[in-house]
Amino acid sequence: MAKFDETPIVKEPAINGILKPPEIRENATAHVKCWPSKPKDTQAIDLPTERVPDWQARGVAKLGELLEKNKALRVFMDICVRCGACADKCQFYLGTGDPHNMPVARAELLRAVYRRYYTPAGRWFPQANNAADFDEEMLALWYTYFYQCSECRRCSVFCPYGIDTAEITMAAREIMASIGVSTKYVTEVVAKVYEHGNNLGIPPAAWKDNCEFLEEDLQEQTGLPIRFPVDDYGAEVLLVAPSADNFANTETMIGYAKIFHVLGVRWTTSTYCNEGGNFGLFLNYANLKKVNKRIVDAARMLGVKTIIWGECGHAWRAGIFTPTLNGPMDMFDPPYPYHICQYVAEMLRKGAFAGKIDKSANDQYIVTYHDPCNPARAGQLLEEPREIVRAACNRFIEMPADTIREKTFCCGAGGGLLTDEVMPIRMAGGKPRAMAVKHVGANFVATPCAICKAQLPEVMKYWDVPAEVGGVVQLLGNALKL
Amino acid sequence: MSTSAALWSLFSIVLIGFAYCAALAFVLGLVWRLIGYLRTPMPWPAVVTPAPTSDAGAAVRVAGDVLFFPSLFRADKALWAGAWIFHVALFLILTRHLRYFTYPVPAVAVALSPVALWVGYVFGMAGLFLFWRRLALPRALYLSGIPDYFALVLLGLIAGTGIAMKYWAHVYLVDVKAFTLGLMTLRPVAPPSHPLFLVHFVLVALLMLYFPFSKLLHAGGIFFSPTRNQPYEIQKRGKRYVGNGY
Repeated sequence: MAKFDETPIVKEPAINGILKPPEIRENATAHVKCWPSKPKDTQAIDLPTERVPDWQARGVAKLGELLEKNKALRVFMDICVRCGACADKCQFYLGTGDPHNMPVARAELLRAVYRRYYTPAGRWFPQANNAADFDEEMLALWYTYFYQCSECRRCSVFCPYGIDTAEITMAAREIMASIGVSTKYVTEVVAKVYEHGNNLGIPPAAWKDNCEFLEEDLQEQTGLPIRFPVDDYGAEVLLVAPSADNFANTETMIGYAKIFHVLGVRWTTSTYCNEGGNFGLFLNYANLKKVNKRIVDAARMLGVKTIIWGECGHAWRAGIFTPTLNGPMDMFDPPYPYHICQYVAEMLRKGAFAGKIDKSANDQYIVTYHDPCNPARAGQLLEEPREIVRAACNRFIEMPADTIREKTFCCGAGGGLLTDEVMPIRMAGGKPRAMAVKHVGANFVATPCAICKAQLPEVMKYWDVPAEVGGVVQLLGNALKL
Repeated sequence: MSTSAALWSLFSIVLIGFAYCAALAFVLGLVWRLIGYLRTPMPWPAVVTPAPTSDAGAAVRVAGDVLFFPSLFRADKALWAGAWIFHVALFLILTRHLRYFTYPVPAVAVALSPVALWVGYVFGMAGLFLFWRRLALPRALYLSGIPDYFALVLLGLIAGTGIAMKYWAHVYLVDVKAFTLGLMTLRPVAPPSHPLFLVHFVLVALLMLYFPFSKLLHAGGIFFSPTRNQPYEIQKRGKRYVGNGY
């Protein structure tokens, strides 16, 4: 039995792997909230430690500031016609039926405040124009429902105007952060990055230890000196993988090492920045920029020729922001930013792995590929990971067309939701993915994202789908003849 | 001058004044809003996959979105059909209306003559479908508010009075054209004293007044949507990403 409140979750099974939109269940998830942030974390990341006294005025002013700085927000505040095309596309609505989880209704929470303070129609006739005050009640709705959005952007694919609820959620979270309202999970993770260099809070010594441990392990298994270099000044490649790859998803870490070993590339990780994931993306612009800068700084400190982003979904979203956020990357070899899947796929095309792959090593698996939301919808990574998976295994099967590629469903825990107190939301949000995997009967879900790799095993267990979850380079690593 | 003639003159003056105010609000309001979109920067690349890789590709994508509503087609076929027919019919109706504002009348407006009334009916039917959908589908009903019904009702009344004039209670076209051309050349003359025409005209002026300050702005805003109008050119060698979209 589950150890959490299951009432928010709609249990109806899928038909042919596709979920029917549930009936509207008002306030089904109104009580599912992330824990509020702790002063020690918010202080470390330059945010107010408690709600500021004039929070209403400052929140409204912050909204005005963002409207001047973000075209997407400004346009998306005005042009929605509430047609409802997005309503049944969000995994959180499909899994819970709570109407505030329809992307349009979620966005309306911010629009109501925007209209009230920044449009003539809303200022003069608030009732007739769906405008509302930024008051205690509204702030509570914001805190609940903007932290039930994983910023996955699936709604944007179906919106006739491309309205991207992620931009709206990001703006609302930025406003809340500026007045001292944020969640424990997200702020804690960002604070850990500044203190230790990664989201998990692994100190440099432990990072080195673990790399040595992996080296010894592989030496025993293969008899080969496959290296996991740390802070290797003058290496060609800095790999910025999610720190979870070094501790939880070690098979993925081994995959990187085997690939670089076979290619004969001198690579390294950095103890200053051993994290690709950027939780600033889920909080505010200042931290997004600051966290991302660490990657470029680490690469310069180590004098590498190029940075390769590892298997982390939102790291790649922030990664493609790098030239915009942190200035030109001219000091590195192009193309930049560069993703591990793009790199490996290019090496495959060049024949660097010819004769070195034994696909039958993965024959116990019926593999399917889960597109993580950010690489698929923001980072244009649709073909490369599939090329790698196809090259590494014999039995590959795609899930239904409405659940993959740019129409992929989020795992249900992106956007700063990978925390246990919102487990009902996570399991509900993961339902469409679980149903699609179940439908095709895959027993291995390959995905290049650390959040997906942490969330999907729990989702599979909860929805009773017997499938393992792992990395794309993990599959290739398994199949490499060393 | 009789009392009724004096009242009529007064009414004409008020009507003409209102029409000019509405037109001014429409133009200035639209320019104000669109310039706001134009000058606001986009702080990061936001384009949604599958993205074009050049400005020309992005322009093609936006044009496709504007002309065919492909995202809506992916999302909901019935809604796509209703909305697309609604918008195309509206476009044809506006084109046909050029004959009231231009002299000589453009060939395209003349060519529409045989189907004009049918287009009007189709527009009305599509509008009714969209209205029915908002009431009949629980999710759409939940999402719909006063502004959503108001826009449909306003357009529906405009269409209804228009069709009625065309089909049933004819208005004298020469008077209409004299009135509109008078307005356009800033030498206004008295409007035709046809009640349906007057209602039609006032409602259109109301629509123009309402347009820049409402969700109807989606007609202009769609060109500025960063998820659609940005090219994905982040990994081009040496190219610094300039996040301004259009």
